[in-house]
Amino acid sequence: MALEKIISITGPAVYVPGNDIDTDRIIPARFMKCIVFDGLGEFLFYDVRKNADGTDRPHPLNEARFKRATILLSGANFGCGSSREHAPQAIQKYGFKAVIAENFAEIFLGNCTTLGLPCATASREDIAKIAAVVAQEPTAEVVIDVVKQEVRFAGQTVKAEVRASARDALIHGRWDPIGELLDGLPAVQTTAAKLPYLAA
Amino acid sequence: MRKSLFEKVWDAHAVRTLANGQTQLLVGTHLIHEVTSPQAFGMLRDLGLKVAMPHRTFATVDHIVPTDQFAEPYRDPLAQAMMEELRKNCASTGITFFDRASGKQGIVHIVGPEQGITQPGTTIACGDSHTSTHGAFGAIAFGIGTTQIRDVLATQTMALGKLKVRRIEVSGKLLPGVYAKDVILHIIRTLGVNGGTGFAYEYAGEVFDRFTMEERMTVCNMSIEGGARAGYVNPDETTFAYLQGRPYSPKAAQWDAAVANWKSFASDPGCHYDDVVKIAAADIAPTVTWGINPGQAIAINESIPDAAKTNVVDEKASIEEALAYMKLTPGAPIKGTKIDVAFLGSCTNGRLSDFQEVARFLKGRKVAAGVKAIAVPGSQIVALQCIAQGIDRVFSDAGFEWREAGCSMCLAMNPDKLIGDQLCASSSNRNFKGRQGSPTGRTILMSPLMVAAAAVNGSIADAREVFAVN
Ligand code: SF4
Repeated sequence: MALEKIISITGPAVYVPGNDIDTDRIIPARFMKCIVFDGLGEFLFYDVRKNADGTDRPHPLNEARFKRATILLSGANFGCGSSREHAPQAIQKYGFKAVIAENFAEIFLGNCTTLGLPCATASREDIAKIAAVVAQEPTAEVVIDVVKQEVRFAGQTVKAEVRASARDALIHGRWDPIGELLDGLPAVQTTAAKLPYLAA
Repeated sequence: MRKSLFEKVWDAHAVRTLANGQTQLLVGTHLIHEVTSPQAFGMLRDLGLKVAMPHRTFATVDHIVPTDQFAEPYRDPLAQAMMEELRKNCASTGITFFDRASGKQGIVHIVGPEQGITQPGTTIACGDSHTSTHGAFGAIAFGIGTTQIRDVLATQTMALGKLKVRRIEVSGKLLPGVYAKDVILHIIRTLGVNGGTGFAYEYAGEVFDRFTMEERMTVCNMSIEGGARAGYVNPDETTFAYLQGRPYSPKAAQWDAAVANWKSFASDPGCHYDDVVKIAAADIAPTVTWGINPGQAIAINESIPDAAKTNVVDEKASIEEALAYMKLTPGAPIKGTKIDVAFLGSCTNGRLSDFQEVARFLKGRKVAAGVKAIAVPGSQIVALQCIAQGIDRVFSDAGFEWREAGCSMCLAMNPDKLIGDQLCASSSNRNFKGRQGSPTGRTILMSPLMVAAAAVNGSIADAREVFAVN
């Protein structure tokens, strides 16, 4: 299966500050009762974006000037918590094409990569620099260069690491492993035949 | 070469190395449930793919089932739709489904072991973070996302990078009133919620040697809360005794060979570990959380942390955020914090021994006025065992609502939810903001007996005092 080679992501960014933003915060569990993922985007960060009566609370994603953002900026340990893919799905369905944070929870990062959603890690200082530019000028173009592992914005360049395995998968169009896994099916049978609990 | 259990299981299931350096890993057992599987079946249909090994795939329904209603349709049409979707997907692909009518339904991490499906030396995957539970049997069990569920359905494999192994040894003897739940809360508190990133945890030492399978499951269950992708205990006689005679366990004629094979997977003495952590059992007290992640925990006699007492900027901010949400006073004792709800159940602590242990002490006691207390067996089989032993009566006589098997108030996907900023003493595994169904609901995690103590007392209490445990 031929997949798009994800070399770089370009677009406006929005900064959602905070450390340890967990998957329940990204998409509250009660919105995960769905049979398809479509429509999850509107519930992204719901409980911090909305009051109980459905009216808006102050949140960057509620600000008109950030509505077009396609790059999400945040703090440390982003995406901790549940293994459910609803969180990366909600981020992608909302319209984000990449996330930059200080670091990411393991399962979350894997799930994002499989959706072709690059997760780049940058230092706190550098994220603050990008956030400062974005706050000033929400339409500023931010470029995440997956190959060079850097972020370029407003004439500045900062380092942004994309984990080697994820980077390789993204730039070679192998971020969804299904094709390669299917190719391995004959070898799967051989491995299974050697295991008593599977051979039986 | 001497190898750890993790390496042996990994090597036995490694099909090949993929272009990106990850391993195509064979998943011997795939467990599925109603919440994370329907989208995966949808993707499979879109791609025109079939289920590769339906006989190695087992389904149950747990997250969305109402625990106060058996008859369908459920009040929530979406829950009903998920139920029917799973039924349809299993029927059309030939997957065994432990539906509610089977009498074997329950939380997926309780059903697998109960049926003898969870076995040593195997790999297990399930679209649920707490799949690490199955590691109690010396299996390597991973929580996976929906796209990986699709991969496993289509190929019985997934792409994965190898983990490092950290051995966590708990030596000595636990004090009376200290349980498996306290052990894991203590470990997470010590190593941090991210301490396990990139690792599989091997739990060992005298405490684990003595633990029952159910206690081992409680600890392995919460590995993920400490950031570890998997957690396991080496298989031993306790493991084999538990498995003997279960529906999917090897039958008599194959039993000895199976045990010999299982034993061969145990970590070799002197094998390499990437890290070793030693903990003294005597240092572990009944532990409760005070914040909004499972690592924000203290011993019952400690006071609530005070942001003013730390100079670490991050720590200050996270204490402040947690206490603002929890509406707790910095520096105050956690003991005496009023509760509104007591929840006993979940895949962490919803097994027979959890209810047995609480019943021993709860007999003749009453839930405090104004506290809503619910007891939810983790599976229909656990429920039946409790009923046979009169345990359900002990709970109802004490003022607990005795419910049908399911995930219940562990998360907000069924009618059991906190209301407003209710505070819940909970035997579950996550105290994230909003986890129990109300965006402002508050959760304090603890052992089952501590939940019972809080229920009886009306506030967070030391079970050793409330029930004279010694
Ligand atoms: S009991 Fe809770 S943690 Fe366990 S499977 Fe159900 S929802 Fe997940």
